[in-house]
Amino acid sequence: MRLSRRELIALMLGAPALATGCSSPPVVPLHGELLGQSFDIGHRLRDGFRPRPADDQWRNVQVAIVGGGAAGLSAGRALLQGKCDDFVVLELELVAGGTSRSDKAGDIAYPWGAHYVPVPLADNKPLIRLFTEMGVVESLAADGSPVVAEQYLCRDPEERLFYQGEWIEGLYPATGASQEDHMQLKAFRELIDLFAAWRDSSGRRAFAIPTSLATDDKEIMELDKLSMADWLRGNGFYSPRLHWLVDYSCRDDYGLSAETTSAWAGLLYFASRLRAPGADHQPLISWPEGNGRIINYLAEVIGPRLQTGMAVTQLTPVTSDKGDFVEVTCFNTQTQSVTGLRARHVIFAAPQFLAPRLITEFTERTKRKTDEFEYGSWFVANLHLKDRPPQKQGYPLCWDNVMFRSRSLGYVVATHQAGRDYGPTVLTWYYPFTESHTREVREKLLKATWADLADVVLTDLEVPHPQIRQLVERLDIFRWGHAMIRPKPGFISSQQRRDARHPDGRIHFANTDLSGVALFEEAFDHGCRAADEVLSALPQDRV
Amino acid sequence: MSAGSMNRAPLVLLYLNVLIIATCGLVYELLAGTLASYLLGDSVTQFSLVIGLYLSAMGAGAWISRFVVDKSLARCFIEVELGVALVGGLSAPLLFAAFSRVDIFGVVLYGFVFAIGSLVGLELPLLMRLLKEHLDFEDLVSRVLAFDYIGALLASLMFPIFLVPRLGLIRTSLLCGLLNAVVGVWGTYLLRPLLNRSGLLSLRIRGALVIGLLLIAFAQAERLTKLSEESALGHAVIHAETTHYQRLVLTRSEQGFRLYLNGHLQFNSMDEYRYHEALVHPALSPIRSPKQILVLGGGDGLAMREILRYPSIESVTLVDIDPGMTSLADRFQPLAELSKSSLRDPRVTVINEDAFIWTGRANGPKFDAVVIDFPDPGNFAIGKLYTTRFYRMLRDRLNDGAMISIQCTSPLVAPKSYWCIVSTLEATGYQVRPYHAPVPTFGEWGFILASAGPIPERLTLSTELTGKSRFLNDDVLNGMFVLPHDLVRVKTDINQLNNQALVHYYDEEWGVWK
Repeated sequence: MRLSRRELIALMLGAPALATGCSSPPVVPLHGELLGQSFDIGHRLRDGFRPRPADDQWRNVQVAIVGGGAAGLSAGRALLQGKCDDFVVLELELVAGGTSRSDKAGDIAYPWGAHYVPVPLADNKPLIRLFTEMGVVESLAADGSPVVAEQYLCRDPEERLFYQGEWIEGLYPATGASQEDHMQLKAFRELIDLFAAWRDSSGRRAFAIPTSLATDDKEIMELDKLSMADWLRGNGFYSPRLHWLVDYSCRDDYGLSAETTSAWAGLLYFASRLRAPGADHQPLISWPEGNGRIINYLAEVIGPRLQTGMAVTQLTPVTSDKGDFVEVTCFNTQTQSVTGLRARHVIFAAPQFLAPRLITEFTERTKRKTDEFEYGSWFVANLHLKDRPPQKQGYPLCWDNVMFRSRSLGYVVATHQAGRDYGPTVLTWYYPFTESHTREVREKLLKATWADLADVVLTDLEVPHPQIRQLVERLDIFRWGHAMIRPKPGFISSQQRRDARHPDGRIHFANTDLSGVALFEEAFDHGCRAADEVLSALPQDRV
Repeated sequence: MSAGSMNRAPLVLLYLNVLIIATCGLVYELLAGTLASYLLGDSVTQFSLVIGLYLSAMGAGAWISRFVVDKSLARCFIEVELGVALVGGLSAPLLFAAFSRVDIFGVVLYGFVFAIGSLVGLELPLLMRLLKEHLDFEDLVSRVLAFDYIGALLASLMFPIFLVPRLGLIRTSLLCGLLNAVVGVWGTYLLRPLLNRSGLLSLRIRGALVIGLLLIAFAQAERLTKLSEESALGHAVIHAETTHYQRLVLTRSEQGFRLYLNGHLQFNSMDEYRYHEALVHPALSPIRSPKQILVLGGGDGLAMREILRYPSIESVTLVDIDPGMTSLADRFQPLAELSKSSLRDPRVTVINEDAFIWTGRANGPKFDAVVIDFPDPGNFAIGKLYTTRFYRMLRDRLNDGAMISIQCTSPLVAPKSYWCIVSTLEATGYQVRPYHAPVPTFGEWGFILASAGPIPERLTLSTELTGKSRFLNDDVLNGMFVLPHDLVRVKTDINQLNNQALVHYYDEEWGVWK
């Protein structure tokens, strides 16, 4: 059943928003599109669609990479660097990039998802190499830490918060904070500093990015057992402002509230970005199109090996006297044609929940389940504005603009990093479906029409920007179904997650969900690791 | 009169009321006219409109007065007085406050004019009907009108001689409001026999409230005045407009006219030659025959005027974001004269674009000299034009040996800001020579001469300029590079896009935001 506009606003923004939502004109006098992943083919696959290619439609390839998101493209680049160029990247969507994809309107590029990467610490050498290739890192400091070209570091002013009717600098709601609030914030930072200083017996940090560099020491992994909110309370943190800041961080990075985010993941967000105790957070690298810049770079490196609109419908390991291989069945969503690949190796760079659906007898062979891999859904809206929202006072427009009372995450400004401070711009608005949305609610929301969702976006933004409806010329909305892995308590430390990265014969796995958190660095790390697995196995195949 | 009769004795006092009412009525009209021409410019149109509207509103008020029944005549008169006191008295502070905050200021202004006019138009007809029992018709008309016109004369003399110069517009407005309120409260005594008991108390309470409010406002007038642009700028506003990018205000005083952008003084026509000679000639004089010049900012055309003095100039590109600024001389003749219409010179190309975007575009033209005349770094959008990133992009716009001169706020008031720009240029690999010049309106002002290559030790003014410049000669030119003790270098961060250190220094030193 379809929701009424009122119900939709109440569901997504909460009851208080109804007050403003209903007084404003319900008609949205603009145009736009409702975009989304190819649900069709996904659902057909779920319902058993398994086409067979004709006998003359088969060809051989050394490596087939399933999925053209950050992990798959990173794996492709790593293969090329390992002198393996006989591979294809098969991407279901027509546009590669997964949740890092981006788009462009006129000369304004904007993101559809992930939009920044903190400057990597010195020990994340593979990522520093990638950024050096891209010209983002100009040189290395004496300690090996990267020197990032100024134009790629997020420009000041970086972030602001709409709190009590006014824009203030930073994300912490400082206005009217009591001495106790400030003390708690300080104490929280000191505790985070302790984690930043922590080392295990082999010198590994408590929290590191990529997480493969971090410790697996019990003391730290125990933190995965409780929620971030429980951890805060357990350490005597009750300041509502601190709880808000931490909750916002969890929603922003994981699409979960602090009550349902693993404390390990919550602390990872804060502690992994510190070079040393007491240091400022690592600066952020960003581009107008967000992480789409990295995707576009990787896609260029890979060239025509990247095939979009290619749905992989089945992966079947085959043993033969000519050697073992994997049969990869591909369905071209544009031409509807079915082709087959005989690949020496497969890098499965799609979300883990698809593994049992696509890989023949996966569960029987590996005895692995994927039911603990849970994914959150998001709405992302891009608002094309003919001009900036007028503002007479308060902190000026920033890159990241957050509203305290909102269930959305606020918006980022696409033109900020380009140095365009006047005239038309694109705002990218983010809305995570936290666990408070039940499955039914989620399904209802996914059925909402463009016009109704556009009204939700505008109602949310109308709070700080009353004139927003007059400024928007186009409003597109992207529905992300399985957007991000959810690091709920217990998942990171679960055996299921730990086992998921191990190859199934010639099928290797690479996706950020294997880390339990959705971060570009993790996807990149898994892509590189899976490519290394393949590269070290290939010479044996040639014998 | 049926409800009773007023005392004979204070009849003469009622004439005094007429005088006060008439004086205040005309002062409101003059206030509105002055305010309109200050804020909106074009005083002939504004005065003409305000007077016409005001008089017609008075007519409307007079016509409405016929609907007031005899019984409530006295109460109505007193209420009208309190109304005039409130609307008229607060008109100047409210209009000033609205000016910078309301987009459709004209509507607010003329709304006020009409409201005051209507109320003032009600006053005399009501008063004449109150008096008609005590006087015969001829007497009534002649006396009331006589006092009315005397009041008008009083107002027109006092307004320019005493009220505006001594009290200013806001206090004048509040004072007249107070007088009207006093007349209203006084009326509750004079006309007491005509008022019923219960209404009386309510009228007096309201009167006291209005007087109290106006007194508080009067006591706070200094602060109210600070909120208004006019007194912030200190001189009569002769032209004001809000462009897409900034607020342009021109004011005039006996010494000349001044341009303000977002409330920051850009130049005073009296001494701008010092600033612009100091800005332009250090960059152009070391170049043998400057041909291609770039001006960034400088939309007033005054730096351009100095550049065009060099006969070798072939083309000058001026990049200023605001078309409202680069076309100001077309709308404001004194600026056209002052700038010698330099932006209309055939050698000049004006580009209205953010200099950051323009400079960063690949494969752009190159120049022999760059004159940078951006506003002070008072916000992040301007702050980016002083970053290492910007200066790095600018290097691709330089011919060999090109010189750059930059206006850099006051090194005396804002030493961290000034030296931050110096350090930023040095960090980008430029040779840098800081210099300063006294500009009476600004005080001690700072500039920087920079170049990707060496900068000559001693500069010589071009022969074409010798004797023609009003400020510089060779000695003064070189003297600018000698820094006194109080302009000693301070250590600062480097201004980068991701820290905007300069905007923070500038904010701290000039206190742009409270």
